Amino acid sequence: MQDLEKYILRIADSSLILSHRLSEWCSKGPSLEEDIALSNISLDLLGQANSLLEYCGKINGTKTADDLAFKRGEREFFNFQICEQENGHFGDTIARQFLFDSFTLLFFKKLSESKDEILSAIALKSIKEINYHLRHSSNWVLRLGDGTATSKEKIQNSFNKIWKYTGEFFEMDQLDLKMLDLKIGVNNNQLKKEWDIIVNDTLKKAKLNRPEDGFMMTGSKNGIHTELLGKILSEMQYIPRAYPDAKW
Amino acid sequence: MRSGKIEKIWNILGSVPDPEIPVISVVELGVIRNVEYIENEYIISVTPTYSGCPAVKTFQDDIKTQLKKNDIDNFKIDIVYKPAWTTDWMTKETKQKLKKYGIAPPEKIIECPQCNSKKIELISEFGATACKSMHKCTECLEPFEHFKCI
Ligand SMILES: [Zn+2]
Repeated sequence: MQDLEKYILRIADSSLILSHRLSEWCSKGPSLEEDIALSNISLDLLGQANSLLEYCGKINGTKTADDLAFKRGEREFFNFQICEQENGHFGDTIARQFLFDSFTLLFFKKLSESKDEILSAIALKSIKEINYHLRHSSNWVLRLGDGTATSKEKIQNSFNKIWKYTGEFFEMDQLDLKMLDLKIGVNNNQLKKEWDIIVNDTLKKAKLNRPEDGFMMTGSKNGIHTELLGKILSEMQYIPRAYPDAKW
Repeated sequence: MRSGKIEKIWNILGSVPDPEIPVISVVELGVIRNVEYIENEYIISVTPTYSGCPAVKTFQDDIKTQLKKNDIDNFKIDIVYKPAWTTDWMTKETKQKLKKYGIAPPEKIIECPQCNSKKIELISEFGATACKSMHKCTECLEPFEHFKCI
């Protein structure tokens, strides 16, 4: 696999897996409006993943976006582990979404300056959508954090539980450094400062405590995941694997 | 200058309705970016509204069907991402059509499409499709959709 392919897969897989997670809310949302909101966000992420996977397929020359989504195993997926974590209750989903949205907004802003024109175009398009997602998730962080004693306690616990998955956002390995050097990729490490500001500001307004940066999970850059990813894939990939020639 | 054939293709595209808001065409929606003739083929550049908009696939199929119906077979649909689609590309006339249909057009100040009141409340940032949000008029009490500005 080419370096660029792997770099794109890392971005695409996070959108794809989180999109799948959010789609699990469809018809189970706490209210009709939220059901629709989470499904719409899921669709946006799926669209972003599709654009990226199509581009990746083009570079590869032999694979389609569907091949990439449905015919890779767990160890060949490079999404952040935070994306595969369970929906839990609504507050758990919102905490996960808020941390992801605030990171991806900063990431795509930088990626829009990439020398790779297609990546830059996809990033520009995605920024408009992520702005909306972040508005939605941060509004809910405020409402739940500054809401009732129960909602506050619940979402504080959500943040405490998910926090150890945020370390991966800012990791840089050899491949990232190489892409950065070629002016294609982003310096994730540099995004930490600005991310801290957004997150601290919102948590403060929501009267929530920022969890300590303690032990952080790692490994997704090399295809290491929590056991949850396998379960997602077994559902997401079931039809195309069971009926490989099926057409819509 | 557009050649006669290219003009004809634009006209055909102008008759393909948006699958979700049938009162406006895909041309009026602003998703058709260009029609060119290159090496015996018409290249139709299309840009998606939202990345995950399910209508994108539908209107591509509708475009293909309409062109074939008009005996045009030598064409290709190219998806372009840059510049990203914006509601600024909608003309005044198109916005009027949306309003008549009951959807508040993409403007900074939202007016109730029923009674023109500016006294409105947000119900949800997300509507039945990604491109719309839901509101309520506090004067005539009618709920309505707003085409979001992006
Ligand atoms: Zn009204």
